[in-house]
Amino acid sequence: MSRRIELHDLSCYYGNRKVVDRITMTIEPKSVTAIIGPSGCGKSTLLRAINRLHETLPGARVEGRVLLDGDNIYDRSIDVVDVRRIVGMVFQRPNPFPTMSIHDNVAAGLKLAGVRRRDLDDIVEKALIAVHLWNEVKDRLRRPASALSGGQQQRLCIARAIAVQPEVLLMDEPCSALDPISTLAIEDLIAELKNDFTVVIVTHNMQQAARVSDMTAFVTVDGPGHPGRLVEYADTKTLFSVPADKRTEDYITGRVG
Amino acid sequence: MTTATPLWVHRRRYRRRRWTARLAALAVGSAFLLAVVPLILVLTYTIARGLPHFSWVFFTHSLAGVPPSQAGGGIAAATIGSLEQVGLASLIGLPLGLAVAVYLAEYGTGRLATVTRFLVDVMTGIPSIVAGLFAYTFIVISLHQGFSGLAAAIALSLLMVPIIVRSAEDILAGIPRTLREAGYALGLRRWRVVVSIVLPAARSGLITGAMLAVARIAGETAPLLLTAFDNSYINANPFRGQQSALPLFIYNQAQQAYQPAIDRAWAAAATLVLAITGIYIIARLLTLRKSGAHRV
Ligand SMILES: Nc1ncnc2c1ncn2[C@@H]1O[C@H](COP(=O)(O)OP(=O)(O)OP(=O)(O)O)[C@@H](O)[C@H]1O
Ligand SMILES: [Mg+2]
Repeated sequence: MSRRIELHDLSCYYGNRKVVDRITMTIEPKSVTAIIGPSGCGKSTLLRAINRLHETLPGARVEGRVLLDGDNIYDRSIDVVDVRRIVGMVFQRPNPFPTMSIHDNVAAGLKLAGVRRRDLDDIVEKALIAVHLWNEVKDRLRRPASALSGGQQQRLCIARAIAVQPEVLLMDEPCSALDPISTLAIEDLIAELKNDFTVVIVTHNMQQAARVSDMTAFVTVDGPGHPGRLVEYADTKTLFSVPADKRTEDYITGRVG
Repeated sequence: MTTATPLWVHRRRYRRRRWTARLAALAVGSAFLLAVVPLILVLTYTIARGLPHFSWVFFTHSLAGVPPSQAGGGIAAATIGSLEQVGLASLIGLPLGLAVAVYLAEYGTGRLATVTRFLVDVMTGIPSIVAGLFAYTFIVISLHQGFSGLAAAIALSLLMVPIIVRSAEDILAGIPRTLREAGYALGLRRWRVVVSIVLPAARSGLITGAMLAVARIAGETAPLLLTAFDNSYINANPFRGQQSALPLFIYNQAQQAYQPAIDRAWAAAATLVLAITGIYIIARLLTLRKSGAHRV
């Protein structure tokens, strides 16, 4: 299963500073949506508002609504843990749990949440196969995850995220710390993930956005200190070939940003 | 392109600089010596005075029936007392200190946290004799418990808690946010992230901090004066009756006018110094292993 995400007038703040300004967009299930835009325009913040990670920073808050299949995740009756169960996340830098083995990293989401499953080993194996890491690590599942290379660690983190079987996967520049080969591996993986998940990916790499996504959102700021606004949100092909907005065109042709 | 300045132009400046550097090195070096020499003197002198009086009897016997003017007897009662008092103090102080540190580092943002931090700071400054006086008044007198190892342990734990809180809070704050966020993003509850992700990641640092705190209180004398009160006989029950302890043993023996007692004081001092140094070395090794072999 995967879910439709709707943002309604979503604004994000750090203290009094607004960094994301009234963004409204709908993300279809089982699609890949890319968010592009210049550094500091609020892409990460926006993404982190979709699994309520934003609010874990002191002073950070949001306004507006985020609907997950029609339910507002910011509604007071909703348990934040349930939201994050459904909306998984992969971070810019690989962040495996350093004290845990490879196996335990992948199993962590289930094990630590108290889910007792006989087929935990199967789940771990499936997740590692899905991220094309299984063959590299199957002989050392009990070894510490910190001994893996950066690219392997990032794939491990993706495996960890999908092992809890979320329905939406948020990826914040998942390839920025990786070499071109690992990057390609992860892009292929994203294309496969689309079959099961709704994927939202933040990327600085325009080719990557064009390669992996169905829809692309361009976010930018009017100037330093201004909050990020959604400029254009369209079919990826359209956005990259015939951008409707001048600012989008400037950005994707490399004239700014 | 401008013509390059010939190197010799800078020669004089360079010579001067070299001299400044040498002077600075000399200053830093002598400051280092000034700080380290007394320390090494204390260590070596204590061990040199104490070591010759180490013997089987010294470690296995109490002072029972040995007058100050005679040789013989030893630190058995004091060692048992110290182990029990420091052990009990750790049993009280470590969990308490860790709990406060976790609260401050993971949850502490409100006014309660500010107040707690302030109290911990104040506790750091409490003179150790005052901690002893506190335990004396409340445990020994008010609760009619009489002198006991437990009263000493409570006084020691009062000194231990702020040390633990300080070091543990720093270590917990040093655990990267990204690790916690990875836990949250998996849908784990906050306490679960603390218990299963943050604390394990901080483990070696926390253990080092705990050992340093133990080493720090093991040599405290003032809190024991009014609580354990010393005892020539072995009292293995820390909950009832006067108990000896290594610092008390040293204090009382060193006051005697007789050489055998003074020798015993030095031997006990050497024992204490070696034990504490041992703990410090182990704690250091743990830290080294943590930073050195991160990938193992
Ligand atoms: N923890 C924080 N506290 C205060 N301000 C923050 C914090 N994190 C980010 N910001 C500010 O919010 C704005 C948006 O940051 P964000 O990280 O979302 O940008 P981004 O689009 O992801 O940039 P990049 O492409 O460089 O990752 C920036 O101006 C940044 O300075
Ligand atoms: Mg970012």
